[in-house]
Amino acid sequence: MRVIVPLQGVVQGRGGLVLGSVIPCAFFYFLQFYLKRNRRDEPVPDPANQSSASSPNNSGSSSPTQSELTGLSRSLSRVILSPRNSGAHVSVSGRANSILKGGDSPYHVGLKRVADDPYDELGNPDGIIELGLAQNKLSSDLVSDQNSIGLSLSGVASYEPSDGLMELKMVVAKLMSAATKNVVCFDPSQLVLTSGAASAMEILSFCLADSGNAFLVPTPCSPGFDLDVKWRNGVEIIHVPCRSSDNFNISVTALDRTFSQAKKRGVRIRGIIISNPSNPMGSLLSRENLYALLDFAREKNIHIISNEIFACSIHGDEEAEFVSIAEIADTEENLDKERVHIVYDLSKDLSFPGLRAGAIYSFNENVLAASRKLTTLSPVSSPSQHLLMSTISKPEFFQTYVKTNRQRLQRIYSEFVKGLKSLGVECTRSNGGLFCWADMRGLISSYSEKGEIELWNKFLNIGKFNVTPGSCCHCIEPGWFRFCFSNLSEKDVLVVMNRIRKVCITCKSQN
Amino acid sequence: LSTNGSNLSSTPEATTIAAAEQFPMRLIVPLRGVIQGRGGLFVGSLIPCCLFYFLQLYLKRRRPPPSDPAELPRTSSRTNLFSRGNSIGRVRVSSRAVPVAKPSDSPYYIGLERVKTDPYDRIKNTDGIIQLGLAESTLCFDLLKRWMSENLMESMMQSDDGEFDISSIAMYKPFEGLLELRVAFADFMSRIMGGNVSFDPSNMVITAGGTPAIEVLAFCLADHGNAFLIPTPYYPGFDRDIKFRTGVELIPVHCRNSDNFTVTVSALEQALNQARKRGCKVSGILFSNPSNPVGNILSRETLQDILRFAQEKNIHVISDEIFAGSVYGDKEFVSMAEIAGSGDFDKSRVHIIYGLSKDLSIPGFRAGVIYSFHEDVVNAAKKLMRFSSVPVPVQRILISLLSDVRFIEEYMRAHRQRIRDKHIRFVEGLKQLGIPCAESGGGLSCWVDMSSLLTSYSEKGELELFEKLLTVAKINATPGTACYCIEPGWFRCCFTALADEDIPVIMERIRQLRESSRS
Repeated sequence: MRVIVPLQGVVQGRGGLVLGSVIPCAFFYFLQFYLKRNRRDEPVPDPANQSSASSPNNSGSSSPTQSELTGLSRSLSRVILSPRNSGAHVSVSGRANSILKGGDSPYHVGLKRVADDPYDELGNPDGIIELGLAQNKLSSDLVSDQNSIGLSLSGVASYEPSDGLMELKMVVAKLMSAATKNVVCFDPSQLVLTSGAASAMEILSFCLADSGNAFLVPTPCSPGFDLDVKWRNGVEIIHVPCRSSDNFNISVTALDRTFSQAKKRGVRIRGIIISNPSNPMGSLLSRENLYALLDFAREKNIHIISNEIFACSIHGDEEAEFVSIAEIADTEENLDKERVHIVYDLSKDLSFPGLRAGAIYSFNENVLAASRKLTTLSPVSSPSQHLLMSTISKPEFFQTYVKTNRQRLQRIYSEFVKGLKSLGVECTRSNGGLFCWADMRGLISSYSEKGEIELWNKFLNIGKFNVTPGSCCHCIEPGWFRFCFSNLSEKDVLVVMNRIRKVCITCKSQN
Repeated sequence: LSTNGSNLSSTPEATTIAAAEQFPMRLIVPLRGVIQGRGGLFVGSLIPCCLFYFLQLYLKRRRPPPSDPAELPRTSSRTNLFSRGNSIGRVRVSSRAVPVAKPSDSPYYIGLERVKTDPYDRIKNTDGIIQLGLAESTLCFDLLKRWMSENLMESMMQSDDGEFDISSIAMYKPFEGLLELRVAFADFMSRIMGGNVSFDPSNMVITAGGTPAIEVLAFCLADHGNAFLIPTPYYPGFDRDIKFRTGVELIPVHCRNSDNFTVTVSALEQALNQARKRGCKVSGILFSNPSNPVGNILSRETLQDILRFAQEKNIHVISDEIFAGSVYGDKEFVSMAEIAGSGDFDKSRVHIIYGLSKDLSIPGFRAGVIYSFHEDVVNAAKKLMRFSSVPVPVQRILISLLSDVRFIEEYMRAHRQRIRDKHIRFVEGLKQLGIPCAESGGGLSCWVDMSSLLTSYSEKGELELFEKLLTVAKINATPGTACYCIEPGWFRCCFTALADEDIPVIMERIRQLRESSRS
């Protein structure tokens, strides 16, 4: 017995309960450790670790080293600590690994497929039509009328403040005001320019939340938020699902419930991120909605980030009115203004995304000071700034652009929605943005995410067009799709409808 | 208990009986009954294991979960948790944003800020502060201006079929840079590096300047809390670029005047061992070549030594070669890419940073590049370019600028010649005042030994002199402390934005400062 169960001797000996528990625990711990290491595909053995595992006799004294090991193992590049094997392959950081693995959602797969085989009316009529990317081709002629683009060397080449030229900030502030029909007056000194809305969002979430903190995000939401908030900042996103029965409106009770749940789990919530006009639904938040959100934020003492990158891309009828959260904040006391932050994308709203110019508008001095410094890490280049200034600084530009853009979006939107309706596909009411949110629940074979992805694959392979499935927007109800129509001309709309019809027919024949 | 234990361990039956007799024992150590009972080793191990497992689970749940196993929780914001009570309180920014928002206390940034408030102008503000702290070059602006005025608009509007097509510049393009631009960049880099090395466009990621390039590399090569070894004196901007967001530490490896501030392997070894002793994981070595601020050029042998050392320790090598085209001395510049490509080494650990801000004097364009032999690094960097890519119109301009070979040849020749002339003038001026400079062969700055002007040979004395230069002589030069130089009295002076007639003004101001402090 003693030979077979050597431990029992120890257990019954002096150590008693303590050793009898500590030794199995130590073994168990090393087993876990071993399994954890083997799961990662880093086959390099670690001699230091093995030797400590094989001598558990002094388990009492080895406990401090154990806690050190746990800390290190999490960063996954421990291999480098054992320098003996100099021929080993050098590894990248653990966080770079997680980025390498990410980004394989249907959203990105679809974009890649389109890049490989893009539709062209004449050159490649069989190619894939892009309906997944929110970019506006309708009004780019207004911005880039060749006569209006002027660029001189003066200032283009030398060092300039990385958070944007004051002249450009003044123009941007004016443009943002124009989007609210001049109800709000934006202060250029509260603006920080960055290279695109993605980096604006990244910088804001860095400044507002620590690693491990979280933001509440009502879903369906923009598919890019995950990357902007999580990748480098390590900030979490907690989704607050909205349902079709509420017309996908944000409800404060749902926010409240999620907030308390998160708090119970020990996660600290630092803010809410909303999109207005919402992406992917295209709906506009009303004044009451915004007041309710701000009240909620005040009650919980958290921030609000409002993503207003489509503020100039409103296409609803005259009643549809865009209300910026800045308007609501202006009525509040200073203390409360400080929790309001706006992300704006100059280049996207002006149908010029290749220019990469975004902006942060904040009422919080600390956030502004920190973001100004962080813009050296994602600056707007001065040719971009000068190009933007030369095109949009003309006073008549704003009125013309906002108005004409609205008319053109309106026309293509109604065309598109009518087309979908004739195929029996309903869309939610959309007043802004470059997309509509279509209910295709009738076409999916099984009411699940799998069914949705199957349908999406059919769109891509049979219909040859790329859309964004609801699961990429974290919608909890399967069968919803985001169609970006602003890439299309009116002629293209017919092509798209024919292709959708083709998919509808194959779906129905299978059912 | 001890006697019982030794007696009873002979047979399991005896154990049970004895345990039953030891009535108080059973109460105190209830588990023992199980262990000594039928379950024996199995149950006796399983139960503590279960308990231990639940304890771990409990601890894990209590902890705020890290987003990803790879990301360690870094800054604690526990204090904020307690402020929950007063819900009307002021909303707070994250604790990692607080140090970023604070005004910088590095003399480098203080100096730059001060110049902004009162910049020198030859005609309008002759009493202003002269900028010697910013490495920018205006020497060849005439050439650039000529090229831009001839080609700027055309280059941007150009498309493949000659027709102007707005969507070729307005719409989304791959974040890592257009292939044409990467090809042009590769060609340009090998041209300025003497043609000894060729660069592969597929290993290249175009970034919005050298600053994002260094940050992205740091992010990809090291985890939060890891460190890079960095020979001092080094470029003061690295502190911000690397530490602000990535949380990577910089461990200085001190170099001395006696070696002309060249790094030695023994110093690297010593720093590495010390860091490891402290439990700090070193992921790589970062250095600039031609070095900034000293301006010396690393020899082929030194580069080989560094790479060999890195290979032995299995760490990365980041070579910042942003001044590669601004070499004016007799010493030949050797790129780390050439050493890595020689076949004797494992290439995958070598990463190079380059940019056009210094060599082509177009910092406003914010064009930089990461060149890496590690596939994973290239792929991760491509994805991260979502946050700092170069705008497409700018890429179009750069493509035609870099592929205009005749212009580039002419420009590079003039650029080198003019830096050399300016350097000679500046160093000569200082020499007449009896102020020596370190030997240098590249870069836009020189490394000046002002120890003769110090009141006390210490960091304090150096900062006093910096303050005096700024307020009395009205010159902004970066003190060695900002570059983490351990020998006091050294200053970095960037001379390439000066006109020839500015140099006597500077020398006069320094002379007066010396007179006044003597009297």
